[in-house]
Amino acid sequence: MNQIIRFTIDGTECMAAKGQYLVDAARENGIFIPTLCNYPGIKPKGSCRVCTVKVNGRLMTACTTPVAESMVIENLCPEIENLRKQIIELFFVEGNHFCPACEKSGQCELQALAYRYKIMAPRYPFAFPQREVDASNPKLIKDQNRCILCKRCIRGIHDEKGRTIFAYKRRSNRVEIGIDPKLGKELSDETAQKAMDICPVGALLVREKGFDIPIGERKYDKTPIGHDIEHHKIPTP
Amino acid sequence: MGQKITIEPVTRVEGHGKVTIHIDNEGKVNQTRLHIVEFRGFERFIQGRPYWEAPVLVQRLCGICPVSHHLAAAKALDVIVGAGTGEGLTPTGDKMRRLMHYGQIFQSHSLHFFHLASPDLLFGIDSDPTNRNIIGVALANKDLAVQGVMMRKFGQEIIEATAGKKIHGTGAIPGGINKHLSTADKERFINGKKPLNIDNMISWASDAVDFFKDYHSKNKKLIDGFADFPSSYLSLVRKDGAMDLYHGVLRAIDKDGKIILHDVDYQDYLKYIDEEVRNWSYMKFPYLKEFGRQNGWYTVGPLARLNTAEFIDTPLAQKEFEQFKSYNNGKPSHKPMHAHWARLIEILHSAEKMKELLNDNDLLEGELVIKGKKRHEGVGLIEAPRGTLFHHYKINEHDQIEMCNLIVSTTNNNQPMNEAVYQVAVREMNNKKEITEAMMNAVEVAIRAYDPCLSCATHALGQMPLEISLFDSKNKLIDKRCSFQ
Repeated sequence: MNQIIRFTIDGTECMAAKGQYLVDAARENGIFIPTLCNYPGIKPKGSCRVCTVKVNGRLMTACTTPVAESMVIENLCPEIENLRKQIIELFFVEGNHFCPACEKSGQCELQALAYRYKIMAPRYPFAFPQREVDASNPKLIKDQNRCILCKRCIRGIHDEKGRTIFAYKRRSNRVEIGIDPKLGKELSDETAQKAMDICPVGALLVREKGFDIPIGERKYDKTPIGHDIEHHKIPTP
Repeated sequence: MGQKITIEPVTRVEGHGKVTIHIDNEGKVNQTRLHIVEFRGFERFIQGRPYWEAPVLVQRLCGICPVSHHLAAAKALDVIVGAGTGEGLTPTGDKMRRLMHYGQIFQSHSLHFFHLASPDLLFGIDSDPTNRNIIGVALANKDLAVQGVMMRKFGQEIIEATAGKKIHGTGAIPGGINKHLSTADKERFINGKKPLNIDNMISWASDAVDFFKDYHSKNKKLIDGFADFPSSYLSLVRKDGAMDLYHGVLRAIDKDGKIILHDVDYQDYLKYIDEEVRNWSYMKFPYLKEFGRQNGWYTVGPLARLNTAEFIDTPLAQKEFEQFKSYNNGKPSHKPMHAHWARLIEILHSAEKMKELLNDNDLLEGELVIKGKKRHEGVGLIEAPRGTLFHHYKINEHDQIEMCNLIVSTTNNNQPMNEAVYQVAVREMNNKKEITEAMMNAVEVAIRAYDPCLSCATHALGQMPLEISLFDSKNKLIDKRCSFQ
């Protein structure tokens, strides 16, 4: 049986199984910690830093930090919230995110977090980088303009033999996601859909299937990001 | 001494433009131009995008009639996904789109008549400009203003129920639609509390036509004698000659009503229509190739539709159509102010159509999308509130748009608006050395009759006020007035 430990988040007493990552432990206690590069079932990476919290006074990524006995965690303090907001703003200015015509609108985690953090306009200048749409794959279109380099597709999508299909290519600020030319051609419809679903933004799109979910029925239309966790009734012991 | 008058910016139209009027040494108007000074470039920056984004992306051209762009693009993409050329959709797909479109016509025409045009009719062209707006209408005629606002609201709610949002929805997708109408929406539109139910909308639409006819009978000089000039007309009509605002064949008539473009398939529009670029405007000048650049221009919009159609397939609008035709002795009406009359008849027709569709159970169930053999090129036409709207796309082997051509309703009306400005300028400004408010508004009233959306026409962004400046023959500014500051 897992050892249960106690810790606090913003002063609230919480309990979790020892060794659980903080972001998961918080969720089980009805507390939302935002994430972008993290995804259930994939080994955490801690690259986007959106889940940053203060653990015993130190900045840590909640997706890669296991919870420990008596931890004192700060999640909603102004300093942390402002830091997260800045990170989200930087994602927006670093790429070309035009939500109005993006079919991930309403299902996009970056957009959903921007709404949560009430980002009306970023504080930073837009970079407007020149990036390409790669439409050469028979199942997927890759729009690098929207990619936030979270690596969820690299870490989470494999073929039936367990081989990775996506990888980083180029270096520095020219880094982008590449699709293995050979394996990419053999993508099943199911894997292509999974790749689109795992992408937190609209960088990977299944071909010829856009906008089929009506407004009002998209993931974040009715339940803004985090509300399902924060409003989930936790059974009292 | 020759003069040049510039009107900039134009008010109570959508977009931004200016008018210049050149006056010769004898004080006579010898040239007028409606300049469209916005530039946007949707046709260029959509290149490279996946084709299924087009209906959602291109509708951002406009906040007044995005549904028209949304549907015209979707119709073009229907061709590309093999869903036929406007008649191959499932009953649900076709009827949901039609309901969305009639909601759009209803709200946009209501906006134009009640908010933009009615102040001129209620207060007069030469009235105090501080009253000549929707607030002035509300103070002078509360019921009329409330009707305008509520009719627009009803149309917008129809759009929301079919497209997901009142402005910039996502309902139409290549090959069909992405949702059914909910039974709750159907119920509230049919049996909802007054005023927001369809029967009340039909009643108000009838009242609006009556309001205009009453006004017309008392102001014949303004309505019948204001800047009339002969024109050809172009619109879609149903194959049997009925007015059809969503789909049909392309018909043009000459000034006498003779058919000069014989109900052709709009997939071949490039065989018949070309566009001319002039160096003083961002808005192109379309024309019928057969008649050349000088004589091939035509008018689109409500007046054109009533001129080209043989009948209307809803009873109340048909009755009004017959009166309209009878008043014009069965000939095309060339009176720009009759466009308001035509627009109101179309509001009534749209309301009747919406009622017919709301009672159709195909909206509640059935297949949403159909696809067939893929093609790499498609053209979509629709009768937008302001007239015939052309969307033309070509895609490459990777499903990316490589060519987009949009001929927007207001672009089609470019030459007629210039003609109308000329007519008014000659009448109002010959031998005048000073511009009065009434003269300036008379020019605007002529433009406004076309309900132009200059933002759409140049695919551009911004307000559209009007400014008039008066220049002598040496281009020296001698007078200037601005109607929006």
